[in-house]
Amino acid sequence: MIVSRRWLEALLGRPLDAAAVAECLTMHTAAVDTVTPIHQDLRDVLVARVLEVKRHPNADRLTLCLVDAGPGRGGPVEVVCGAPNVQAGKTYPYAPVGAVLPGGVTLERKKIRGVESNGMLCSARELGLGEDHAGILELETDAAPGTRLLDAVPLGDHQIAIDVPANRPDLLCHKGVARELAAVLGGTVKLPPIPGAGGAAPAGGDAALGGLRRAPSAREGGAARAAEPGVAAGPSGPAIVGAVDGVEVRLEDPEGAPRYMIAVIRGVTVAPSPRWLADRLSSVGQRPINNVVDATNYVLFELNQPLHAFDLAKLRGPAVVVRRARAREKIVTLDGVERTLTAEMTAICDAERPTIVAGVMGSSESEVSEGTRDLVLECAYFQPTRIRRTRRALELSSESSYRFERGIDLLGMPDALRRAVELITAVAGGELREPPLDLWPQPVQEKTIFLRPEGVSRLLGIAVERSEIERLLSSVGFFVAPKDDRLAVQVPGWRPDVTREVDLVEEVARLRGYDAFPDELRPYRPGTVPDAPVERAKSHMREQLARAGFFEARTVPLGPPDGPEAVAVVNPISSEETHLRTRLLPGLVRRVEHNWANRNRDIRLFEIGTAFRWTAGETGGKGLPEERTRVAAVLTGARHPPHWREGAKVPDMDLWDLKHHFELAVGLACPAARVQVAAGKTGWEAVTATGEAVGWAGALQADAPVWAAPLFGLEVDLAAESGVGAPLAYRPLPVHPPVERDLALVLPAGVTAVAVADVLRRAAGALLERVEVFDEYQGPGIPTGHRSVAWHCTFRDPARTLREQEVEQALERALRSLEDELGVRRRAG
Amino acid sequence: MRDLLAAIDALRERLQEVPQADDRRLQDLKTEVLGRKGGALTKILAAVPKLAPAERKAAGAAANALKREFEEAFAAHERTLKAGAGVARELDLTMPGRAQWRGGLHLVTQVVDEICEIFHELGFTRAVGPEAETERYNFTALNFPKDHPAMDAQDSFYLGGDVLLRTHTSPVQIRTLERYPPPIRVVIPGQVYRRDPFDASHSPVFEQIEGLAVDEGITFVDFKATLTAFARRFFTADTRVRFRPSFFPFTEPSAEMDVQCQICKGTGCATCKQTGWMEILGSGMVHPAVLENCGLDSERYTGFAWGMGPHRIAMTRHGIPDIRLLFESDMRFLAQFAGGTR
Ligand SMILES: [Zn+2]
Repeated sequence: MIVSRRWLEALLGRPLDAAAVAECLTMHTAAVDTVTPIHQDLRDVLVARVLEVKRHPNADRLTLCLVDAGPGRGGPVEVVCGAPNVQAGKTYPYAPVGAVLPGGVTLERKKIRGVESNGMLCSARELGLGEDHAGILELETDAAPGTRLLDAVPLGDHQIAIDVPANRPDLLCHKGVARELAAVLGGTVKLPPIPGAGGAAPAGGDAALGGLRRAPSAREGGAARAAEPGVAAGPSGPAIVGAVDGVEVRLEDPEGAPRYMIAVIRGVTVAPSPRWLADRLSSVGQRPINNVVDATNYVLFELNQPLHAFDLAKLRGPAVVVRRARAREKIVTLDGVERTLTAEMTAICDAERPTIVAGVMGSSESEVSEGTRDLVLECAYFQPTRIRRTRRALELSSESSYRFERGIDLLGMPDALRRAVELITAVAGGELREPPLDLWPQPVQEKTIFLRPEGVSRLLGIAVERSEIERLLSSVGFFVAPKDDRLAVQVPGWRPDVTREVDLVEEVARLRGYDAFPDELRPYRPGTVPDAPVERAKSHMREQLARAGFFEARTVPLGPPDGPEAVAVVNPISSEETHLRTRLLPGLVRRVEHNWANRNRDIRLFEIGTAFRWTAGETGGKGLPEERTRVAAVLTGARHPPHWREGAKVPDMDLWDLKHHFELAVGLACPAARVQVAAGKTGWEAVTATGEAVGWAGALQADAPVWAAPLFGLEVDLAAESGVGAPLAYRPLPVHPPVERDLALVLPAGVTAVAVADVLRRAAGALLERVEVFDEYQGPGIPTGHRSVAWHCTFRDPARTLREQEVEQALERALRSLEDELGVRRRAG
Repeated sequence: MRDLLAAIDALRERLQEVPQADDRRLQDLKTEVLGRKGGALTKILAAVPKLAPAERKAAGAAANALKREFEEAFAAHERTLKAGAGVARELDLTMPGRAQWRGGLHLVTQVVDEICEIFHELGFTRAVGPEAETERYNFTALNFPKDHPAMDAQDSFYLGGDVLLRTHTSPVQIRTLERYPPPIRVVIPGQVYRRDPFDASHSPVFEQIEGLAVDEGITFVDFKATLTAFARRFFTADTRVRFRPSFFPFTEPSAEMDVQCQICKGTGCATCKQTGWMEILGSGMVHPAVLENCGLDSERYTGFAWGMGPHRIAMTRHGIPDIRLLFESDMRFLAQFAGGTR
């Protein structure tokens, strides 16, 4: 919402500082996004009086003017002028040499037809103040020559852009914003008199602002209602009908339009708006159209009441029918687009067809045009939800729909309509022959909320005096009356957001100023919620992987489907991101490719995040998808950074690096799972005691450049419980020396290292503390198909020193079993 | 006898040579002094038994003492040489040292941890919940009116029916209030989703941290104090903070917290759009309707809640111009913050 500083000044009757306004609104009402000075590009332009007009010696169409441009110029200056309307004794805008004009051009001293011109007298167009460039702009000002134009003429203004929250429709107009300023800065809000409207400001000022009691219902104080409307049967049930100045009005959809007012103004002359009105609208960025439309827009921005004026002559009947639209009914809206309506929408029709999509946009047919003489002026309250759905269905927003959606002041409508009638008759002529018709089948009054003063202190944490509460609430239009030990607070119609006691507490807090509250830490009781175990598990896993040389990645969990159980997004934003991930690795591979594209060869990334899938029975629509926290890592490139001592070439990471990281990750993420060779020997998998595969590691396919190293990846479920295991118990350090033996074994094809180690451990017994592979060999001396694997065995008895003989016996047992069970022998020699 | 003692003394002089020796010279010295064949001290020790018995004891003691002195000197100097491993004149010590690959946590994770850690000190534990939620948890229970603009399907990813990817971590507030009795003090980190295509400042998914405190007697002052304490810890102790009115369906009163712009220190710059302030979090007192929706007596319990975006906070605090940098996972970017955020 953009408001004009000058417009606010007119409502408050006092000058305002734009920065102070912004600060006040931000701290008490709603954030101000920007404050933009307008017409600041005229800062160099001065007021000047033409003293004498002479003919230009070398050109018939030019004149030579002697101009008083103020003191400090060594007397009057000579200016060449081409305007036909220049007259001695009048004042005009004058740009001296060196002035920067709108558009950024610097005015230079130059000769025009042989005569030097000391600056320029300006037209409206040259100053960006209008389209007129037939002559220079004649000023009506008493300001002394040399005064800055911006100081002499009310042109300078500020546009203040307010970020109005969805619950504060009252801030969508100047009066509402002025009301907030008055509450905090002091002062009262009064509608400024309309030039030419004969007399003082119309009634309908904000009575509550003066602390006066508002009439309980605006009905009585508002515009007189025409003859009591009757009820008649309409096509969609009982209709409320009435007539005003020969126009029949039928309200057939009171649900969509709970209150509907019509005024008929006859004899208007549609023409361009007077300057003051056009300027007002321009100051908030609105393009002036004609006096009638501009008048309705003026009331919109002044009072937040959308109005619609249409041409009575174009109205068949003449009748105004407010009804639900019929399915597939068509209307060509003002923007020239044909729209198809549905029965969910409210339409304003004449005797035959729709002329307005209620609350959203009118049709080009019924639009006010130059030839319009008689006006039908609609002032309505449309049901916010209805308008929102209509706007969404038609994908059509307007200033009106924006306001109706948020809820306008149902009780302020008569005042707004009266203001509009007064404005239209002032700027376009015409007369109101009958009071407006007000169809309001179920009138409502201001709601009353009871406020307990101690409740205010209880929530805000500081004592707030009862009188202070009353003062603050009254300052923005609430009517407060004591009721027993409580306060009965009447909520003005423009505050639909205030519905319960706590809303009033917020009013007290914000008007007082949040900054006025202390910020001392007070004692609190510890909470009952334990730390989420999965968070600790994630944190621990992250640290371990970072320590192992991996960087944490954060990827978008959306991508192409990667399995039949992938969860589809009903309304994706791109064709590449249609499903939630079931695994993390594909996303990480895309990140590897991104790094390759940046010529990065050594890549180690990990991610911990959520994977989604539909489980049996939950295939969308019912219940939530299953979510698992998973950890995945990818690795490719050199095993460690190169160092000059070893030369530039560092071996690339291979499957064995991967296996190490996988075992590490599984040990942390799923301590109960076992790492085994995956089916088909594509890599490894982690399997739980129940046989569920919870992890996988192996080589990955990717779109790799030729210089890239092989890419490997691992992924495993991260069990939340892994973060909360029992504390580890200390195991005593050995005090007796070990006996160590190296054992070279010849393994026939098909015998695995893990099988050998198992037999070794079992057969050698408890004395065998550790067994580790340290070499593998195939070649001369080993039978074809066989391989030699060398093991380092450590024997130890924790309680005593071992004798060599015991070790020899254990080894012998082991070798016998190896030969018997696996055909494995000790390598000869 | 006198010759022998003189030889011992002469040899002792050579102890001074030990600390000056380099690797090779040290080996030579050892041979020269203690060598099995022809070592000076070996010879002396061999000569001791040949002395008269009366003299033997003194000469032997002296020789053995010297032997110990040499052994200790050799050992000490060997250690020194080893420690300096090659610290000798011909090495260029400006050559690079030997490195290992270093990994690190994502900047956003570090920011999340920092934030949660500060709140941990203020008594808040971590709570989490599902990323796919029902409209009830994501909207209705949080007092979003029907037809609220935020419930526009345009803005959320739907998975079918009334299931959507949560648009904030607030559903976990509801789940926590349903499951645990007050007092409640939790922070809720997690990923949230909005239907925004990627651009410099938007991402369809981003991190959020919400917080919730509910108990008897919690007031607006507690709320302001807690968040102010957080801001001063997270930024700097002298950081200025301001609270201003805002609107959220699930809080009343609602507030936005700004902190003094960290770039210009409040004087106004391009980052803060010349305001001198940076918007950090949305917050307020828990709306009584939210408590009631969770079965709590809103006359008895009050509370406060807030929410903030670690991605955006990371960007403002560290001057990151484009949110996509936080998702691209470029190793060069990740390495910049691998050692921490300061
Ligand atoms: Zn700044």
